[in-house]
Amino acid sequence: MIHLSRWKVILLGLSLAFGLLFAYPNLLTPAQRDALPGFLPKNTLNLGLDLQGGSYLLLEVDVSEMQAKRVANTVEDVRQVLNEAQITPVALQPEPTGVVVTLSTEAEVDRAFTDLRTLVSRGGVGGVPDRQLTRLSNNRLRVTFTDAALNSMGPDAVTQSIEVVRRRIDNLGTREPSITRQGADRIVIQAPGESDPAALERVIGQTAQLTFQMVDVENSIEDALQGRVPPDAVLMQDELGNPLLVKRRVLVSGENLTRAFVTQDQNGQTAIGFNFDSQGARRFGEVTAANIGRPFAIILDGKVISAPVIRSAILGGSGVIEGNYSIASASEMVSLLNGGALPAPLNVEERRTVTAELGKDAVDRGMRATALGFVVIVLFMFLAYGVLFGGISVIGLVLNGILILAAMSMTQATLTLPGIAGLILTFAVAVDANVLIYERMRDEARQGRSVIASLDAGFNKAMGTIIDANLTTLVAALIMFFFGAGPVRGFAWTLSIGVFTSMLSAVLVAQVGLAWWLKVAKPKKLPVAE
Amino acid sequence: MRGWPLIKLLPTKTNFKFVKYSRLFGVISVVLCLASIVGSFTPGLNMGIDFSGGASMEISKPVGQTIDQEEVSAAVSALGLQDVGVQGIARLDNNQVDGSTVLLRFQLPEGADQTEVVREVEAAITQTVGEVTYSGVSVVGSKVSGELFRSGLMALGLATVLMFLYIWFRFEPQFGLGAVVGLVHDVILTFGLIVLMRLEFSLNMVAAILTVIGYSMNDTVVVFDRLRENLRKYKTMPLGEVIDLSINETLSRTVVTGITAVMVLAVLAFLGGEVLFGFSIALMFGIIVGTYSSVYVAAPIILLWGVKRGEFAEEAKPIKLGGASRP
Repeated sequence: MIHLSRWKVILLGLSLAFGLLFAYPNLLTPAQRDALPGFLPKNTLNLGLDLQGGSYLLLEVDVSEMQAKRVANTVEDVRQVLNEAQITPVALQPEPTGVVVTLSTEAEVDRAFTDLRTLVSRGGVGGVPDRQLTRLSNNRLRVTFTDAALNSMGPDAVTQSIEVVRRRIDNLGTREPSITRQGADRIVIQAPGESDPAALERVIGQTAQLTFQMVDVENSIEDALQGRVPPDAVLMQDELGNPLLVKRRVLVSGENLTRAFVTQDQNGQTAIGFNFDSQGARRFGEVTAANIGRPFAIILDGKVISAPVIRSAILGGSGVIEGNYSIASASEMVSLLNGGALPAPLNVEERRTVTAELGKDAVDRGMRATALGFVVIVLFMFLAYGVLFGGISVIGLVLNGILILAAMSMTQATLTLPGIAGLILTFAVAVDANVLIYERMRDEARQGRSVIASLDAGFNKAMGTIIDANLTTLVAALIMFFFGAGPVRGFAWTLSIGVFTSMLSAVLVAQVGLAWWLKVAKPKKLPVAE
Repeated sequence: MRGWPLIKLLPTKTNFKFVKYSRLFGVISVVLCLASIVGSFTPGLNMGIDFSGGASMEISKPVGQTIDQEEVSAAVSALGLQDVGVQGIARLDNNQVDGSTVLLRFQLPEGADQTEVVREVEAAITQTVGEVTYSGVSVVGSKVSGELFRSGLMALGLATVLMFLYIWFRFEPQFGLGAVVGLVHDVILTFGLIVLMRLEFSLNMVAAILTVIGYSMNDTVVVFDRLRENLRKYKTMPLGEVIDLSINETLSRTVVTGITAVMVLAVLAFLGGEVLFGFSIALMFGIIVGTYSSVYVAAPIILLWGVKRGEFAEEAKPIKLGGASRP
């Protein structure tokens, strides 16, 4: 039987109170919100980048490039070990995950095996060796990365990259950037507001891998230019564009850097100063002491910045890089070096930039469309169902709107432009619940039932249909949420919230409203029936 | 006032013979679906950069100045970029298409560095038409666009399967089949409209189609609920007549809800701006087709396959007193 149920009135009151509590911060200015006492909710709608403006970047960590680099370093390590043991290998054959060494005699293999075992047991994270040594037939040895090391290379690189990217973006002063991992090897950066997308791309576009390598002075550059590059060296260009033969072996790298800063060289030119950690300082000291009078190259991201000649052993662990720097380019370089090197290059796979102006325009349009859509529905419901039934639907709609606003603010779900469309459509679907109920009531009244029996049957019979119909919308929304990207997710979320709030508001308001009307007006006839 | 509320003008009892025309409409539906499928391949969908990859940039100059579209197009093409397209769009501040704002699109070369290409394009534009501002820039790599396209299609497929399972679970297989055929029909025709109107097929459009699927099911469920109820109520009435009766009984709701949805979507299409126009038009069309398909696709399929009415009769057996036979 339909009657004014106490718990339904209470539920209605509670949801209204909840709705107002969480929705109303949206009406306040930021200053007013800050002045609110701490226990009150302060969250407002979380606008998507398409509405508030900002940059979205999808980056892919180039793990294969990093693996190739680490394999190349291993080749040089092996070459160095053999060189120190005075063994000349017949061949050093790089493989995708390691290197195969071919030697001439059994005795050499034995010696090399012992020395390489020492090399392999060093390195790796946390003392666990990341490389393994195996003895093959025909005087061959193989050094490869372990499966565990290969498997963790990608995820580790992503984690490390996220940290580096965060530090670099924080240095830019961008407001609340969101940096998240996506899938196995991707990073999503969302920077809201007036951030400069070009600057953003510039700081993440550089890996900032700094290395110190010796210049090869034993071999002739003319030979190298004719294609006869020694296996342990690589042909590069110095800062002036002249060819330079550089040893592949990395003496000290940016990992050993503790601090970089803008400074001036003896001639008053802008330069970059740096300090090494103890390990870096020791190795740099050893190398410079052993190579006085020879040039070495300072290489950043595969480009030689400068190739000074070592005048004396540099033991203090600090130095200066001279290049053609302006104050600005030196500062940017310093902040890159201090932020740390990216373990692997980041490729931009997707980029979306929306200016704040464009976002505001979208919000304005969305607001206008929502407001007019709302007015259209209200007018239509009043015209179609009259003051009482139409009015009840409209009250339901208003409550629905408040609840959606509250739920979106509370959950901090992102509202996107398609999300606004979802919101408008939700109003139409919410009205459908009322229409189902009312039409069922009219149907029952036509069959000669009393007002009370019609109302009763209307609710009972329509309920199953309403739930079925809303569940199908919910299923569609869930699929969008799991498969959709960005704006589509926002749409799905808005739609899902709308399904729940509209069932609550449309049905509950109608039940309470009509029960109250029955009690007060004691009607003999349904106003909507013929 | 006579005639108000207006709903009184809508008769509660109509008596349209929907089933009688189902053959005719069935043929029309099949023809339209075939045309839509053919159209989706030739001329094909107008793929947005979400799915085809490439870049789109909104370029504008202050009010009163114009950007020569030909010049921009030539400058960008000169960089060796493919599929270059330039079109005039409405200004942000006054919503006028006055030639001061254009939308530039181009395809990225395979394996190119996106950042580098965009920088070159910006330089080329500045050189040809002078200082401009960029309000919206989107670049989607071919790898990501392929993934987005696949996951979009997967979402559509999965939605269809889940809807079928849901209806099967809630009703019975014939109902599920009817609902899904209706739904596939709606999706295909919506694709047809997208091709016909040259709307851009983007991520937003996939969301629109998923919503059409949800709505189409919503509408079908309302009719099916009544059909199931009436099958129990009138056990001896021929199936065709029960279907007609059920559609007639739910007709007033179908009309009212349909009008409401179409009205708000029309508002959205005209006020929502460039981005939401295609989205709203597709939704509006999908909702109209969805309403039609509940009546002329989903229900006739049930007629074609028949329903095991025994099941409902079984349930109703204990009641022998006449009168209401709802279990």
